[in-house]
Amino acid sequence: MGGQCGGTGDAGVPGLGALTARHAPRSPASTQVVPVKEKKLMDVKLGELPSWILMRDFTPKGIAGAFRRGYYRYYNKYVNVKKGGVAGISMVLAAYVLFNYCRCYKELKHNRLHKYL
Amino acid sequence: MNENLFTSFASPTMMGLPIVTLVILFPSMLFPSPSRLINNRLTSIQQWLIQLTSKQMMLMHNHKGQTWTLMLMSLIMFIGSTNLLGLLPHSFTPTTQLSMNLGMAIPLWAGTVAMGLRHKTKASLAHFLPQGTPSPLIPMLVIIESISLLIQPMALAVRLTANITAGHLLIHLIGGATLALISISMISALITFIILTLLTILEFAVALIQAYVFTLLVSLYLHDNT
Repeated sequence: MGGQCGGTGDAGVPGLGALTARHAPRSPASTQVVPVKEKKLMDVKLGELPSWILMRDFTPKGIAGAFRRGYYRYYNKYVNVKKGGVAGISMVLAAYVLFNYCRCYKELKHNRLHKYL
Repeated sequence: MNENLFTSFASPTMMGLPIVTLVILFPSMLFPSPSRLINNRLTSIQQWLIQLTSKQMMLMHNHKGQTWTLMLMSLIMFIGSTNLLGLLPHSFTPTTQLSMNLGMAIPLWAGTVAMGLRHKTKASLAHFLPQGTPSPLIPMLVIIESISLLIQPMALAVRLTANITAGHLLIHLIGGATLALISISMISALITFIILTLLTILEFAVALIQAYVFTLLVSLYLHDNT
């Protein structure tokens, strides 16, 4: 199936060429099994989920790396574009407000409208 | 009601853990560092603002004073962004804490005084006595001038704390009053709401002005001492 699209083995399936090239080991057939550790979350099957979670890097360096990757993913998608708008930064501010609301919820619970206090 | 009014100024904790460091570090996430000649819109706008502000503020200094540009520009950006973020609902503003403002004011002021005493000792000591004072008044005036020097960092810190805290308190109180008045009389609730809107506009201005004033005064002390 891979070779019939006319490309190399790495870009076997059209449209998924970039993904498989980055995450699968370089191999002639694109249907070769990918090790669980290198799969992205959406590709992991439910049965493999516990082993996938256990294989993630939970050291401080790994967690910092995860935050860094997440930051750059958001930044490059919404802010670092040619015609970025106000949405990029407003989403961050909205998330900040939501975070602070969750933090204060315990004290704010008392302000609900009750018929009998 | 009394307990509610001041709980928004308490140090932020989440599930028992203090996250005040994270909250102080958050504004830095909103200032991405420029990586290219022509950057994205957010970075370009911030670059333009910083260039405008630095030209406005650092032109009056000589070469020695202009070495403080980085410090003063970071200061105004930090205070401005922290104050503006504090206007969002439920957020914690670090500049309402006197401890933090003292931590900013005292080292900066002491740095300018130490610089002046070290490089221009005679001139900085001469500041203690204004020109042309009658001789009998000299001892008293030296005491007064030294007190006014020592009170500069306190005034810097307390000014920032008091302005931001007072603004937040007013917003809380008038907002609470508006909510309470809705069920009593709609017209007075509307008037109170208009007052709240005007107050919020004022608070936006105060947030920026306080940052500017803080930095301007530090640069003034610097100018005296370089």
